Amino acid sequence: MNDVTATPSSAERAAKLEGMGCKRKRVEDIRFVQGKGNYVDDVKLPGMLYGDLVRSPHGHARITKIDTAKAAAVPGVVAVLTADVLKTVNLAWMPTLAGDVQMVLADGKVLFQNQEVAFVVAESREAAADAVELVEVEYEPLPVNVDPLKAMSEGAPMIREDLKDKTEGAHGKRKHYNHIFSWQAGDKAATDAAFQKAEVTIKEFIAYPRVHPCPLETCQCVASFDKIKGELTLYGTFQAPHVIRTVGSLISKIPEHKIHVIAPDIGGGFGNKVGAYSGYICAIVASIVTGRPVKWTEDRIENLSTTAFARDFHMDVEIAATRDGRVTGLRCYTIADHGAFDACANATKWPAGLFSILSGSYDFPAAYCLVDGVYTNKAPGGVAYRCSFRVTEAAYCIERAMDIMAQKLGLDAAEFRMKNLIRREQFPYTSAFGWQYDSGDYQTALNKALETTNYKKLRDEQKAKREAFKRGETRELMGIGVAFFTEIVGAGPSRACDILGIAMFDSAEIRIHPTGSGICRLGTKSQGQGHETTYAQIIATELGLPADNITVEEGNTDTAPYGLGTYGSRSTPVSGAATAMACRKIKAKAQMIAAYMLEVHDDDLEWDVDRFRVKGNPERSKTMTELAWAAYHEVPPGMEPGLEAINYYDPPNFTFPYGAYICVVDVDVDTGQVKVRRFYALDDCGTRINPMIIEGQIHGGLTEAFGIAMGQEIHYDDDGNVTTASFMDYFLPTAVETPHWETDWTEVPSPHHPIGAKGVGESPNVGGVPCFSNAVNDAFSFLGSTHIQMPHDHWRVWTAAEKLGLHV
Amino acid sequence: MAKSQVAMKVNGKTVEALVEPRTLLIHFLREQLSLTGPHIGCETSHCGACTVDLDGKSVKSCTMFAVQANGADIRTIEGMANPDGTLHALQEGFREMHGLQCGFCTPGMITRAYRLLQENPNPSEDEIRSGIAGNLCRCTGYQNIVKAIQFAAAKLAGVPFQEAAE
Repeated sequence: MNDVTATPSSAERAAKLEGMGCKRKRVEDIRFVQGKGNYVDDVKLPGMLYGDLVRSPHGHARITKIDTAKAAAVPGVVAVLTADVLKTVNLAWMPTLAGDVQMVLADGKVLFQNQEVAFVVAESREAAADAVELVEVEYEPLPVNVDPLKAMSEGAPMIREDLKDKTEGAHGKRKHYNHIFSWQAGDKAATDAAFQKAEVTIKEFIAYPRVHPCPLETCQCVASFDKIKGELTLYGTFQAPHVIRTVGSLISKIPEHKIHVIAPDIGGGFGNKVGAYSGYICAIVASIVTGRPVKWTEDRIENLSTTAFARDFHMDVEIAATRDGRVTGLRCYTIADHGAFDACANATKWPAGLFSILSGSYDFPAAYCLVDGVYTNKAPGGVAYRCSFRVTEAAYCIERAMDIMAQKLGLDAAEFRMKNLIRREQFPYTSAFGWQYDSGDYQTALNKALETTNYKKLRDEQKAKREAFKRGETRELMGIGVAFFTEIVGAGPSRACDILGIAMFDSAEIRIHPTGSGICRLGTKSQGQGHETTYAQIIATELGLPADNITVEEGNTDTAPYGLGTYGSRSTPVSGAATAMACRKIKAKAQMIAAYMLEVHDDDLEWDVDRFRVKGNPERSKTMTELAWAAYHEVPPGMEPGLEAINYYDPPNFTFPYGAYICVVDVDVDTGQVKVRRFYALDDCGTRINPMIIEGQIHGGLTEAFGIAMGQEIHYDDDGNVTTASFMDYFLPTAVETPHWETDWTEVPSPHHPIGAKGVGESPNVGGVPCFSNAVNDAFSFLGSTHIQMPHDHWRVWTAAEKLGLHV
Repeated sequence: MAKSQVAMKVNGKTVEALVEPRTLLIHFLREQLSLTGPHIGCETSHCGACTVDLDGKSVKSCTMFAVQANGADIRTIEGMANPDGTLHALQEGFREMHGLQCGFCTPGMITRAYRLLQENPNPSEDEIRSGIAGNLCRCTGYQNIVKAIQFAAAKLAGVPFQEAAE
């Protein structure tokens, strides 16, 4: 150490690391702002062919004939795959993540509009498109059902003839030929008793419409099969690359070590890119058949109408309470529309996901829910669109129901919530559904939200406006939405969660190079969340190395340790924990090297930001950079050289982020137009790794929530035609409609997570949707309206006003 | 299909090529010229991920044939950096203000913002919001994109950037 200048202070050194808590600028941006991202459609391999799908124009029809001769004759067409071709390799059907099976290409009949019927492979995308038009398919239309509430009625069209004689499904007994599963949670007897004794009850039917995650980049892949080596390389838009490799191996029988899955940059996922789709399977088979790489790219209509819808939950919810406003019971019966195949992306044991987070943030002594999944003539899916499995459905249901009960009791929505929130001293809190909430200080969060927005003043203004409305002085109604949500994320503990038997752990592998830089590889996969930036910040703080010196790499199954991928806000809770734990293994080894070099006992050393120093003699120290060098040339006798570690983290529990949101809207009763005047979001995601990225995640999630609450719906007409499958008719907010967002936070760390972080990306979607909907509903509540269904677009809001007789 | 000869200027360089008459400009740029910055998000000219600057206008290159661009002067995100190789003020602004997440809309968004600032060097927030209404972003909620464009406008005007109070 020849440095004659004084060692900078601990705080100065810590700041230079750009570790946790720093608003570090994103590493990814350098390439993205120059157009140098590498997305799947940028992949161009020598000899690459293009695949395109023939799709069904019918919602339900028998196929009597498929003639591919004309298509095959188009110049440039190399192959046309149908179910009959796929049957020769036993791939006409594939297993789903939910324990069902799904047609890869239509086998005998089509079950939803735009279902995949044939796959054309050609030298150019234009030739493939030409040939798609020339595949001749003869259909005999069948009766269609797109209404989940009618799916189990007598005489309803049978969707799945292949299951006709199966009385048992993947999750137990089936009670109708269109029934998939029944799933229940909570204590039915105790809940029924609570309702019998109840002083006040409410009951409401709350529908959460079918929506679509709709990332700006659609689903796509390039499959390249090397016949000589018998190896498959698959580039794709995969949120969970290792799961794709394992499922791919199980389906194709290609040994798993001969499958190389690469997820390059992904243009947004939001749950859309978790599953395995027909296009991927067809591209793989086509590459095996032709011996050439095959690219498959969805267009937007295909994306919106076939790959991975979300929600479509139809919930009958009841709350019991005392007259003075204490909740005593919660009961809910739900019909879940899974479309034609049960291809939802959930942990395998949870056919309705984590829907039993339904009791939300409130201290319900008794609760019970029952969910029936049904088949309809709609696209398969049921993914978690920017939420943990079915958590946003639960949050929407309870937050609407709480408002309806407050209304019945004549209590203010915030006051009623405050009275029933789980109290700080109750954590860790076991809910009536059995979840153990890790930590929280709900009252502080709600109080901060109410004070910051000057809630009382808003209610006074609303009261005055309502009086003015009654006097006919204004045609505008003011609505105030309050939502207090609790999420359950970070799936998850192996005792509770697996996907096809694979425990839902995740991983991090860190190698520190001799000069004190390093690489971290993980089983998760960023789709815009900024993992390359934030994981490096965890390492910077844990190991005292500058974040800029750490490369973060994901998405290559050959180099990354096995992991279950990124969705359900699981990256920070699971791989973030794995990163910290791997760092701690490295640090423990570094401490032994430091002790050897400084000739002291391990216990005589203490950590100081970026170095170990001798207790009581801080001038004697070894920085992590020095220790990295030493790890490669002067390790203690008997110690292995090198400085690296891997951790597979099986979380002891889920994490439970929460938040208090407040929204103010002004509703024009004559046009149905809803203007968002103000939206305030307070989030508690535990320890905050990068406040800039957290804020960005919240802005984005709130904008998606705004889209869902105010206009999104994947709608089918009675004939099974999907009527909202392009940007002409599926609402995505532009910069013009999108409100201004105010963000705030509290910080109660998770006690069981190594760095206390809970995950944040999905909170704003989960809390935002009920908050917008509560605001719109609140505008009309003084007129006796209890619940107006989403989405709250102009037409529906105008219709609600019309029904209330406001247009006389 | 018979091919047509086209010649155009792309990012300052003259390119000549043979294209099918039905080849879309976006496919020509991405596949024949390997300019993969502009992206394809919808193919119906709603999302703006494919936006390029063409003869002084923002154009959605998914809804224009390459042959229609014959003789045009085109700039894509790949031609946005300053001549000395440093980032354009907009590229810098998007990074500084966290105006991007997945990066898929970013090339089109920056290219659109470039033309917006050419037409209106000091736009208000409302003018920015309506100026980028043809470009969809699913990640950011636009608020930081607005700030990124304000940052760039200030930098190009040589005045200090002041973030509006929350």
